[in-house]
Amino acid sequence: MTGLEVLENVLTPEEHERLECVYERPDTLTDTRFHYCPGCGHSVAHRVIMEVVEELGIQESIIGVAPVGCSVFAYQYMNIDMQEAAHGRATAVATAVKRILPDRYVFTYQGDGDLAAIGTAETIHTCNRGENLLIVFVNNAIYGMTGGQMAPTTLLGMKTSTSPAGRTVETAGFPLKIADMVALLPGTCYVTRQSVHTPNAVRQLRKALVKSFQYQQEGKGTCFVEIVSNCPSGWKMTPLEANEWLVKNMFPLYPPGDIKVPEEKR
Amino acid sequence: MGEVRLMKGNEALAEAGIRAGCKAYFGYPITPQSEVLEYLTAHARERGMIVLQAESEVAAINMIYGGAGAGARVMTSSSSPGISLMQEGLSYIAAAELPCLVVNVNRGGPGLGTIQPSQGDYFQATKGGGHGDYHLIVLAPCSVQEMADFVFDGFDLADRYRNPAMILADGALGQMMEKVEFRAYEPSEHTPPKPWATTGKPRTRERNVITSLHIEPERMEEINLHLQKKYRTIEEREVRYEEFSTEDAEVLVVAYGLVARIAQKAVELARADGVRAGLLRPITLWPFPVRPLRALAERVRGFLVVEMNAGQMVEDVRLSVEGKVPVASYGRMGGIIPSPDEVLEHLRSTIEKNQPTSVEVS
Repeated sequence: MTGLEVLENVLTPEEHERLECVYERPDTLTDTRFHYCPGCGHSVAHRVIMEVVEELGIQESIIGVAPVGCSVFAYQYMNIDMQEAAHGRATAVATAVKRILPDRYVFTYQGDGDLAAIGTAETIHTCNRGENLLIVFVNNAIYGMTGGQMAPTTLLGMKTSTSPAGRTVETAGFPLKIADMVALLPGTCYVTRQSVHTPNAVRQLRKALVKSFQYQQEGKGTCFVEIVSNCPSGWKMTPLEANEWLVKNMFPLYPPGDIKVPEEKR
Repeated sequence: MGEVRLMKGNEALAEAGIRAGCKAYFGYPITPQSEVLEYLTAHARERGMIVLQAESEVAAINMIYGGAGAGARVMTSSSSPGISLMQEGLSYIAAAELPCLVVNVNRGGPGLGTIQPSQGDYFQATKGGGHGDYHLIVLAPCSVQEMADFVFDGFDLADRYRNPAMILADGALGQMMEKVEFRAYEPSEHTPPKPWATTGKPRTRERNVITSLHIEPERMEEINLHLQKKYRTIEEREVRYEEFSTEDAEVLVVAYGLVARIAQKAVELARADGVRAGLLRPITLWPFPVRPLRALAERVRGFLVVEMNAGQMVEDVRLSVEGKVPVASYGRMGGIIPSPDEVLEHLRSTIEKNQPTSVEVS
């Protein structure tokens, strides 16, 4: 039932008549309730990507690749053709799809464990080959689906179920800044770090996604959009606390903004 | 007559891939099959095929998943350690019912092993190999000609059943040169429509999703039952084997691939010596020729299974024979190819042990 239909039962016909639809679910999202925890950035990230797909009118010519992790079910919500990849292998899967269907838009949607731990080789080599696709990297510094274990991007001192006293360099090394790494590769054309914790951040992310699809259409190489996100359940915080913690603790290490832009844009 | 050429097994396989309408090949170099990737990079791109040297076998098999899911005929090839790395991906491919062709030019193991020929990957190829209940359709060539022929057959079977097919060869078949004739083959006549492929969702249909994830146990069991039903159909329809001198045979050799050719020579030597020996060569290792072996078990006094491993296919022969007559096993390992004389010797001792007066089936 749409919002307008709900209101039909609540408002008088006269009141209902005066309503104006200012926002609705795009056709690129299925009519399915997200399974994500309250306050989780995944729901917002899904919606923004699919709104951009609708806005650009590319629903019929896009193929998405979902990862293993919390967003493994992305294909239940994204109303487009999708493939669900093995853990870490989304960019290998996407490489083949794009090579075989070069006139389609292709993107992967991956978390930090998937992209920056088990899938590091595929991530690096896909970017290094300059595959003409978009990688959306949701970094919340934790393994969400398996219950809050340490990720490669977990901050030093951050407590997780496998770093109960806080991550230390001695046992677990340093947080991996993989966006900065792939920006060094000549195959990437656009590497940016965004977030979804405020309406303004969402607007910035939307612009980055639009640009990425434009670059893909122009055949410019790999676009890499990191979304610094939260995990209220894994971080054991309320959604509001999580977003405040994100700004205070994640941004110093993972600052939002463009890391690499195409030559002519500099 | 089609076009006849003198080629290495690996090259014949690669050339057949191009002719079978393979749209993309993803692979990683490993001895003794690197000629496949080399041949394709030299000869396939100009004929419209995508050839990508992946960063690992893990990446290669997941590219196969993506490419097959996008609706194209795709293939990869590797040798034993590389095929081990591909097992997770193969399980996903079988579960998502994606047609593709995977070639294992088997070398000796375990471990890094040797680059010499072996049949040590029989269990892995025929029993699934990765996690979960699934099967590959496994074709075992015994000549360079079949290295080429089974590429066409493998793609056709894969497409017909939406199932990964495997060619299980060995290092010698990959490296040796023989004449090969390429059949006339029009890929478009052999490739069914793939309405399930992810090619971009038009407004006229629901979205296509390629996945192997089914969280609800009831749904997951349904998927398994569907797969098992498909496997029973394949077992019913697609068993392939070849018989040699079995009509009056008292003792039967069972061997596949290159070893079948050696065994055939041993059978000829035995016949020249007055021993009524015969040979059954399984061509499909899965589905396995259970029924013909069961029928032969009613007529022969014993079986000898010859393999280039410690005795793997012998288990399937014993299951087929159901204890009716003794089944002996002879295997060489480590990359050593048994000679016809060795096989003959074991054939003789099998016969001696299985004289009518002394046969005791346990």
